Amino acid sequence: MASIVDPQRRRMAPVSEMGLEAPVREVKPAPDRFRNSLGKYMIYRNEECRQCETCVATCSRGVHVRPEGYVDFVRGLDWRCTAELCKANGTYCVDTCPHNALRIEESPIYRSVGDYRWTADLILSAWHMAETGTIPDGELNYRTGNSGGGFDRIEFVFPDSGPRTDPDEISTAIPLNRRGDNRPEVTIDIPVYGGGMSFGSVSPVTILSKARAAVAWNTFSCTGEGGYIERLFPYKDHIITQVATGLFGVREETIQMAPIVEFKYAQGAKPGLGGHLLGDKNTPAVAAMREAVAGTSLFSPFPFHSVYSIEDHKKHVDWIKHVNPRALVSAKVSTPNDVDMVAVGSYYAGAHIVHLDGSYGGTGAAPEIAKKNIAMPIEYAIPKVARFLTDEGIRDHVTLIVSGGLRTAYDMAKAIALGADGVVIGTAEMVALGCIRCGRCESGVGCARGIATTDPEMVAKMDIDWGTQRLINMHTAWRAQLVDILSKFGMRDVKELRGRTDLLRHLDYG
Amino acid sequence: MPAKYHIRTRPAPPRRKPIGKYGIIDWREDCSACHNCVKRECAYSVYNDERDRLQGKVEYVDYLYECKGCLCCVQSCTKGLLSWDVNPEYQKMGDEVYTPDIISSTWYQSETGSVPVSGAGYPGPFRGPGFDSILTDMSEIVRPTRDGIHGREYISTSVDIGRKPMKLEFNPDGTLATCCPPIVEIPIPILFDARPWQKLGDAISRIILDAANELGTFAITDEPKLTSHAAAIPHISSRGEAFADKPDATTQHDCECFTPTGHARLTEWADANDVIERIQRAKSSDPDLIAIVKLPFGPNAAERAVELARAGVDVLHLFADWHGCVSPPPGKIPGGMHISLAIREVHQALVKAGIRDEVTMIASGGISLAEQVVKSLLCGADLVCIDIPLMVALECRLCMNCRKELRCPVDVNEIEPDYAVQRMVNLMGAWHSQMLEMMGAMGIREARRLRGEVGRAMFFDDLERDCFGPIFGERVPPGKMPGGIGGPGEEVV
Repeated sequence: MASIVDPQRRRMAPVSEMGLEAPVREVKPAPDRFRNSLGKYMIYRNEECRQCETCVATCSRGVHVRPEGYVDFVRGLDWRCTAELCKANGTYCVDTCPHNALRIEESPIYRSVGDYRWTADLILSAWHMAETGTIPDGELNYRTGNSGGGFDRIEFVFPDSGPRTDPDEISTAIPLNRRGDNRPEVTIDIPVYGGGMSFGSVSPVTILSKARAAVAWNTFSCTGEGGYIERLFPYKDHIITQVATGLFGVREETIQMAPIVEFKYAQGAKPGLGGHLLGDKNTPAVAAMREAVAGTSLFSPFPFHSVYSIEDHKKHVDWIKHVNPRALVSAKVSTPNDVDMVAVGSYYAGAHIVHLDGSYGGTGAAPEIAKKNIAMPIEYAIPKVARFLTDEGIRDHVTLIVSGGLRTAYDMAKAIALGADGVVIGTAEMVALGCIRCGRCESGVGCARGIATTDPEMVAKMDIDWGTQRLINMHTAWRAQLVDILSKFGMRDVKELRGRTDLLRHLDYG
Repeated sequence: MPAKYHIRTRPAPPRRKPIGKYGIIDWREDCSACHNCVKRECAYSVYNDERDRLQGKVEYVDYLYECKGCLCCVQSCTKGLLSWDVNPEYQKMGDEVYTPDIISSTWYQSETGSVPVSGAGYPGPFRGPGFDSILTDMSEIVRPTRDGIHGREYISTSVDIGRKPMKLEFNPDGTLATCCPPIVEIPIPILFDARPWQKLGDAISRIILDAANELGTFAITDEPKLTSHAAAIPHISSRGEAFADKPDATTQHDCECFTPTGHARLTEWADANDVIERIQRAKSSDPDLIAIVKLPFGPNAAERAVELARAGVDVLHLFADWHGCVSPPPGKIPGGMHISLAIREVHQALVKAGIRDEVTMIASGGISLAEQVVKSLLCGADLVCIDIPLMVALECRLCMNCRKELRCPVDVNEIEPDYAVQRMVNLMGAWHSQMLEMMGAMGIREARRLRGEVGRAMFFDDLERDCFGPIFGERVPPGKMPGGIGGPGEEVV
């Protein structure tokens, strides 16, 4: 068994993580962790039911359940119900029931879950994709939210006719190093990688699930600013390590083993502010990794106190390049008015990847005033920066990665059509793991659903294999949608989609 | 350098159970009382806490305040007996300007004095009307910036009220020849209006004045009994003259006054045809008087503001209605203009007239959140005046019962004064911290520098035009296209 020496603790970490099997790019069912999954409808069965099982015969989704040996039906699997679709198809159990024993109503939970950006439809369809690896065939809108602007008002204009490309011939891979500087030519198989989530903000199970899914899909996941946990070592070829303003857990050894090192200058959810980790989540293990005092709230400074100019930034990039001669460097910045200048400056300072994080991006904790008000949404920043890079003549020498509120495969495709090379997602992965967007990641011990927490009891609510599979399934469904879009446009490569704004239409424009 | 301004916040838990957002619906009739009841597993102990709290009380057992909406119990109940919904009572609170979320957030800030912090990204719409169509800029890596509330460098939120000379002149012997008008410095760009929209008695007005005093700012009042309060800015009606009961200078609180005598007096005058003459009369007998003229935003506001400023009025207080709406000029923008636009209009008129730096401009009406203070300043105001948020700090639900002479559900008139003052101080503490966050992000460390600094703001219309215009062409104004911006529900692929 190969091994890597943990330079900090001087002991061996096994490559095969905790006896887990190597993650494979293969869809396997990964049903909801909870007994009662959530759906759009609730089904009520009254005392008129004669157990004739007409409903069982009518329903193609196995909603109605009467286990063998039972006299009565048990509670139905109502989250599978697609009532409106069944009505249209003439397979509506309520209508076919000879005794009028069934009633179907929209679930109050469906009405209440979600928000403008992540609607109930998006959450439920993300769960469906994570469970099955397929897009929902019911009536859920899995493409857009209800924010009333940006991606939610932009659509693709598909040709009515014309040749479609064979999906098997379509490539969704993108290169990350376009500088031609003799550093490794890193390519990822899908134009998306996982955003930085620190040990402290999310659980080790979440971190490992993300990393293992990244291995399966030959892409990357990122440590965030909480340091590089030992259990990630086996996946080091797919881990980006982050150097953020607090420099928490930044070590020469982990920089040396990272294929990509990301400078986090700013984060979309709290542009101009440093990272927040409130005291309760700063457990002894988290504090040890960050070399901080357990139980204290950790507020990273802003900006890097060693960077007050683009020359300082170059010094930073040179430092990393010197420490790890094989690493690519990514500069993660937010979206101020002059984001285009910042992007160009980052490139000239030596960055391989310019990563823009828009203002509606996710976070483990941020002041609400910052999330709502500071910096611009990513939809505006992408064309602005892409145009400027093109005018500067350097568009093909830098990889433009964007993030900040990208929720769906369609958002990803629209971002690429607006001018990005690829995207980073964060919340979408969390939703795949069962996040319901209650926004309580910062409070107390963190997430009650066991995703964004470091409390051992909460962490135990999820296991790594399940989490890995959910994310592998999600990426499978996302890639299938991207391939479908490319196929409709007759394209063979996702790189052809970049900057094709002519394929987009905004519903608020004439 | 003066001592850092610090607002002393202290927990002030609500007297009445606040209306919570989420509710668990519990169909108990089929409960088999199993030993592994999910209610025991609640990560937030909501069920246990509520049971303990309600023990012995005779009232409906509801779970409407503490539920955090994680849905673990709903999804885990063996028999699926629990459901979840948004509390209809919560949804009914307030209106489209003072939304339930704003009221709830104000309660939280008044209770804790803390900045609301949460996880996950912004859940709201892409853009909104009024202040929600403005974003603030941030400073990335290329400019020196500050650290917000956690930083090492001081960010000042102080502003001045009064008239400023455009230049200083000196005598041949080096002494100052310019006669400097009186000026008052307050540590936060916020004044209070101690005359809430509904008459609630002297007690509430006094609480507002006491809170203003504690914070080092002022409150406008027209209660004759309260005009001598140390934090009072007496309001003089359109027929009134300066008061007979001139307050003793020693009662003025410890503000940073720069006047010939060291004690400026702020007075607010309702705009009227003869207001300039009446102010001049009052000033001739009291040179330390700083005159604020209160006039409405509206079609003639800019013109009148310039006229008043030229005539020597020190401070202009322009107000919109309590929803931040400005009555529309005939034939223009149906539905009225938002205060943010109105502030810009007056500010630009004063700039054009070359007198913007001489006068102070106060804006009021519909300012309900800390971010709106910053945005008002970016639009051109020097400071703002608030009223409703102070009442919400006292647990007001904006139910309007008081207007209908019905009983107040939180008995606001019976509130204990020290507690009430603390709630307001907490709210301003939270607002102040949030202003520091925004200013820190912008790289601005002086509230005075925010005034009219639209370069540090981003307007959605400009972003649409600059970023999307070259791609999508001409934007169709909202309302002219089915489901236009903000119009939810249209299926998009």
